[in-house]
Amino acid sequence: MSDALEVLDQVGKWKEAGKGVAVATVIVTWGSSPRPVGSQLGVDETGAMVGSVSGGCIEGAVVKEALDAIKDGKPRLLDFGVSDEQAWDVGLACGGKVQVFVEKVN
Amino acid sequence: MQAKTLAALQQARSARKAIVLATRLSDAAETLIYPDRVEGAQAGDATLVAAARRALGTGKSETIDVGSEKIFLNVYVPPPRLIIVGAVHIAQTLAPMATMLEFDVTVVDPRGAWATSQRFPGVKIIKEWADEAFQEMGLDVSTAVVTLTHDPKLDDPALESALKSDAFYIGALGSRKTHAKRKERLSQVGITDEMFARVHGPVGLNIGAKSPAEIAVSILGQIIEVRARRLEALAVPKVVAA
Repeated sequence: MSDALEVLDQVGKWKEAGKGVAVATVIVTWGSSPRPVGSQLGVDETGAMVGSVSGGCIEGAVVKEALDAIKDGKPRLLDFGVSDEQAWDVGLACGGKVQVFVEKVN
Repeated sequence: MQAKTLAALQQARSARKAIVLATRLSDAAETLIYPDRVEGAQAGDATLVAAARRALGTGKSETIDVGSEKIFLNVYVPPPRLIIVGAVHIAQTLAPMATMLEFDVTVVDPRGAWATSQRFPGVKIIKEWADEAFQEMGLDVSTAVVTLTHDPKLDDPALESALKSDAFYIGALGSRKTHAKRKERLSQVGITDEMFARVHGPVGLNIGAKSPAEIAVSILGQIIEVRARRLEALAVPKVVAA
């Protein structure tokens, strides 16, 4: 959980530098998921990342949504898992499922 | 997330205070729940505040339903702290390894020649006797203490003081023979056998560690194990109680 605070530190630095920033947080997990509830990924407007919400399986898709959230300011709820239609692209190889909340830092 | 929420989370961390951020998922409205006060959008929602206080107790983040809304409770707990007594060779590998494991590391040693920032780049150093330093720091339940000096003058007061605190882990470097003598000495200052049983000594998991780095791994393995068991034990009765 302390890594979540390190994510927020970096997010704060980006914000101070005048960048658009979003935070993604794992809010629900089912089965075996690589990162626990509360894990966070910070993303700046250039796509730079800090932290993680999975073992690397879904970060690409989350960053894309984060960049959209930075643009339109709307929060997003994302589902990832083996049953997801995007499974071939960004599913979790471990067979788990996660729900990720993405929001812009205002 | 609001910038002022971010600042509040960072402030709670530097003060080593636990805090819960409740986020309403429909519109990202935020409420901050401290042990002694509540601020933000849903500060008046008794159900939400009660659930957040429970989460503060268990340390577990979760998504809950309040009425027709989904609320994510994110619990931010201060990082565990490791206090290393003795700025010795093993400490030079133990400190950076523990930092990688996200421990908030402090090295305590009154001997100025040992406790230098050159030997411990980027690590907090306190050049005082351990018992005095502990008093200022306040050893809480998320603190681990390891004594490494081998010198009773330095280790004994540290252990005596740590044993009277809430520290979740106390370890002391030294052979079985050294450890038995230590027990004997501490009994003379009022540390009973029962109290002394909290000290992990010889310190670390028995993995045949020889080099300073290997010993650091065995110590950290033991600290991780003790901490995980404690958190597991904590989580179970809280859920039942809820």
